[in-house]
Amino acid sequence: MRFVRHVLAVVVLLAVCCGSAAAQSGGELRLFLRSDPKTFNALLAGDDASETVGYLTGGRLIRFDRQTQELKPELASSWKALENGKRIRFKLRENVKFSDGTPFTPEDVKYSMQVLMDPKNESPHADSFRSGPGDVTVEVTGKNEVTVTFPAIVASLERQFDVVAMLSSRSPQKELAALGPFFLAEHKAGNYVLLKRNPYYWKKDGAGRQLPYLDSVRFDIAQNRDLELLRFRRGEIHLINSLDAENFDRLQQENASWVREVGVSFDVDFAWFNLSEASPVAGPKKLWFASRNFRRAVSEAINRNDICRVVYNRHASPAVGPVSPANHFWFNKKLTAHPYDPQSSLRLLQQDGFQLRDGSLYDKGGNAVEFSLITNAGNRARERMAAMIQQDLAKVGIKLNVVTLDTPSVIERITQSRDYEMCLFGFVNVDVDPMGQMNIWPSNGPMHAWNPGQKSPATPWEAELDSLMRAQASTNDAKARKAAFDRVQQIVWEQVPFIYLVHKNTMVAVSPALRNAAPVTLRPQTYWNIEYLALTPAAGQP
Amino acid sequence: MTWPRRLLRLCARLLLTALLGGFLGATLVRLAPGFSFDERELDPRYSRESIERMRAAGGAERRSVLAFYAGYLRNLFSGNLGESRAYRRPVSQLFSERVPVTLKSMGVALLIAWPAGLGLALLWSGGRNHTYELVTTLASGALLCLPSAVLALFFLYMDGPVALAMAVVILPRVFRFARNLITETGAMPHVLCASAKGVSRAGIVWRHLLPVAAPQLLALAGVSVSMALGASIPIEVICDSPGIGQLAWHAAQSRDLLVLVNVTLFVALVTLLANSLADAAGGVFERQPA
Amino acid sequence: MSRARNFARGFLALVFAASLFAAWLAPVSYEVQFREAPNAAPSAAHPLGTDELGRDLLSRILYGSQVSLWLAPAAALIATLLAAVIGGVAGWLGGWWERLALAATDLSLSLPWLFLLLTVRAILPLNVPAWSSVLITFALLGVLGWSQAARVLCAGARSLRHSEFVLHARASGAFGARLFFRQILPNLKPVLAAQFLISIPIFILTEANLGMLGLGVAEPLPSWGNLLRSLESGPHIVQNPWRLAPLVLLVLVVSSFQLLLPREEFAS
Repeated sequence: MRFVRHVLAVVVLLAVCCGSAAAQSGGELRLFLRSDPKTFNALLAGDDASETVGYLTGGRLIRFDRQTQELKPELASSWKALENGKRIRFKLRENVKFSDGTPFTPEDVKYSMQVLMDPKNESPHADSFRSGPGDVTVEVTGKNEVTVTFPAIVASLERQFDVVAMLSSRSPQKELAALGPFFLAEHKAGNYVLLKRNPYYWKKDGAGRQLPYLDSVRFDIAQNRDLELLRFRRGEIHLINSLDAENFDRLQQENASWVREVGVSFDVDFAWFNLSEASPVAGPKKLWFASRNFRRAVSEAINRNDICRVVYNRHASPAVGPVSPANHFWFNKKLTAHPYDPQSSLRLLQQDGFQLRDGSLYDKGGNAVEFSLITNAGNRARERMAAMIQQDLAKVGIKLNVVTLDTPSVIERITQSRDYEMCLFGFVNVDVDPMGQMNIWPSNGPMHAWNPGQKSPATPWEAELDSLMRAQASTNDAKARKAAFDRVQQIVWEQVPFIYLVHKNTMVAVSPALRNAAPVTLRPQTYWNIEYLALTPAAGQP
Repeated sequence: MTWPRRLLRLCARLLLTALLGGFLGATLVRLAPGFSFDERELDPRYSRESIERMRAAGGAERRSVLAFYAGYLRNLFSGNLGESRAYRRPVSQLFSERVPVTLKSMGVALLIAWPAGLGLALLWSGGRNHTYELVTTLASGALLCLPSAVLALFFLYMDGPVALAMAVVILPRVFRFARNLITETGAMPHVLCASAKGVSRAGIVWRHLLPVAAPQLLALAGVSVSMALGASIPIEVICDSPGIGQLAWHAAQSRDLLVLVNVTLFVALVTLLANSLADAAGGVFERQPA
Repeated sequence: MSRARNFARGFLALVFAASLFAAWLAPVSYEVQFREAPNAAPSAAHPLGTDELGRDLLSRILYGSQVSLWLAPAAALIATLLAAVIGGVAGWLGGWWERLALAATDLSLSLPWLFLLLTVRAILPLNVPAWSSVLITFALLGVLGWSQAARVLCAGARSLRHSEFVLHARASGAFGARLFFRQILPNLKPVLAAQFLISIPIFILTEANLGMLGLGVAEPLPSWGNLLRSLESGPHIVQNPWRLAPLVLLVLVVSSFQLLLPREEFAS
């Protein structure tokens, strides 16, 4: 009898395993891409669509786990940073093959680094490895062992390899030979991209089963969010990677199990004044914008809580600075968002000689305080934010003219002609590490938006920003880097070169037919763990 | 003049006008703000040196308009339409995929809008039906007042075809022009006389109304082709139909000069051809001096 | 039909009067944001509800009519007159004039005028007063909006060139401009009227789309066009049907203009 019970237990266990294995294998994941990928070379991908495809096809030596925010071994089974981050030695996994069967060897690492660092290829990831004058060299230092040497210390070195996809130096398919869980099977321009399971993918799950579980991933190419929502409702797509507040609420009303709000995102909306000396901004305005009191007064006159409530339906929180609270390590917890305080705002303005008369603000010279704010048209959230800021500033006597322009015109004004006064914009896909902001905080940086490309720092606080960013870039001591970047955030909070407004929350839609989905706030929010995603027969729409 | 010579002259005129249109279009795009923008300049991963390198490598499009257009024409006459900066693909490939989509939608839209619009206008001119006048006035007014984007959204949600959305945009314009034309023609002495003599309604319409209104109706037919092309832009963008309208919109947003010049040339040729055919057909109906 | 015409007359008079006296009739200023009540339903405080920023919709419609009701017809008039002159004269004169005018018309229909508008926006100072921006926008629309009707008018004028009454007028000694303005242009009235009435809502809508280029009505000034743009939010309109008020009003105004047109009825 005992024997029979054991046999029965084994049979039931087998049935459950086979059942769950059957439920967890196969199927085609369907979702949207907003535009055609510009390249299928995962190493050179810079635009959103190309990076999405590259994430699924490209194999990396090290992977930054989007959920735990820790580094995990991938194609490199282990690594060691040497000389404080000037060199790194990788031990590569053995018997790994590309999607066409070509073996993955140390030569491929060498080749990939050469392609990455070639200036002609204009890779967006190369500059973070250019730590000094000189070349990046790669040596094969043993069986399945490679050492990469940089001209100078690269801060957060291992983390940087999360974006470096490995290419094959020998495959006839060239950059289309994939080491990731999927490879490019079909592409119809303007229509869809189809990825199929990589038959040679090296990863297996805990039970020894070949990953990925999915047979294929199909991206339909469409910009229209209404169309995306419609098709999700119909069950024609399984994921929406980023929902705006209005659509989130709408879907939630229909079926709360479809949507997930994961927490505050890394994205940030902010505004800044044009402090560029080369700008054609009129004389008195240049003096206003150059005053720290003025900038801080404007910041305190803006009601961030109202923006979160009205524009984002409470799916956002006031921003403190460039780093989101979701970035647990780098966020400076000692800082809080500038309060909404029109009285304090007026006191700050009075310190600079501004006077409020008959509801209008005047400077020392008797000029009425009036300036324009540009932002890109078509972004409804920003248009509404601009209208709200206009009303908030009117309460302290400032007349703000909101000008919405098409995106190329905005970019042309802020990067080339510098013909603008104030700009409202946003950053998305912000890097976790401060190294991703090396072109923003240094005064000669092209993204030092308020006064880019300075030959020497225009103010003492910008000089301090320069030295702090250099300091954190030249060491891999986490504590020292943290201290330096905390100080950067403190300075930005005090001097207000950027007026940080809100971080919106990460909101996604996930079909109940999808198993093992665990959305996170870092991109790609819903399919960061694509190898483990599986489809079951739909348990109710979608 | 023999008809082959006439045809040759017409073709030459169409081609020259279209090429002039291409040049003017290139000039407008080239001089507009944001022309040389590269969205990578806002990517914080690129250093100052990389951005300067990208700017320096701007390419053929940054030459003067004349130099650019001369180079473009040289390539055009050897069958090369150039490469799209935004899509990174040959423009000829983009066109071969998208032109049939738009032409099909336009063709169906015009085939729906014209019979419907003309039919409604003829029905209205038939009698003193005030209810009918009120209803058609309100309905055509409502369709004129609806933004194309809202119409497109409606068809998106109803899973309606793109061609039908385009037809709904063109129909009220056709109806209103045609109704006014036919009403005015219907009040002419020869029509009143025919009616008084007991000619049937159909006879009046086919033999007296339409031949007189034909030149203007045919001119409107030619113009409705450019109406359809114009309507294709918002409708294809929202309904996500991969046609020329969607291509033009994306090219405008990214200032993709080569695509825009080719689109302008295409639109100019289609417009010129449609209007020339309409003019030729209208000429058949025009009265000769006594 | 006279009942409908009387209604149209009365309705238009009411709407124009309301636009003139908006400051007295509006419950609150069009720019005040009641942030505790965005997208609110109609109530005693807000008879037509509020928009997404909590601004009173009735006030915004009333003030918006000052822009749309006065400027859109003015722009439509400019476009129609230009079409009449260019198309009508070309058809009347014929020959090379006609060929040139038709080529110019076709080119005008084909060119990407969007980029001219972008250039105009680039030339204008960023702090241009709201009303100046609106006037410039509608003037541009008027100047650029003539091409579609010009072709139809050209065909009409061409066919009238050889008509009997024109021959009679010539025989009586009329010629040149007198002939054109006295004989040709009045007979093109149906097309002119159609063009004028079609252009009004098109220009109102186009002005809203031009807001995306920085032209047109800037915040917080309302116009019927930018009120209609909010319909693009799609399904939420079904839940908030009062947001259709600007559309209903525009349809009634345009239809009233149409009903008021004098017409020679088809005698049966």
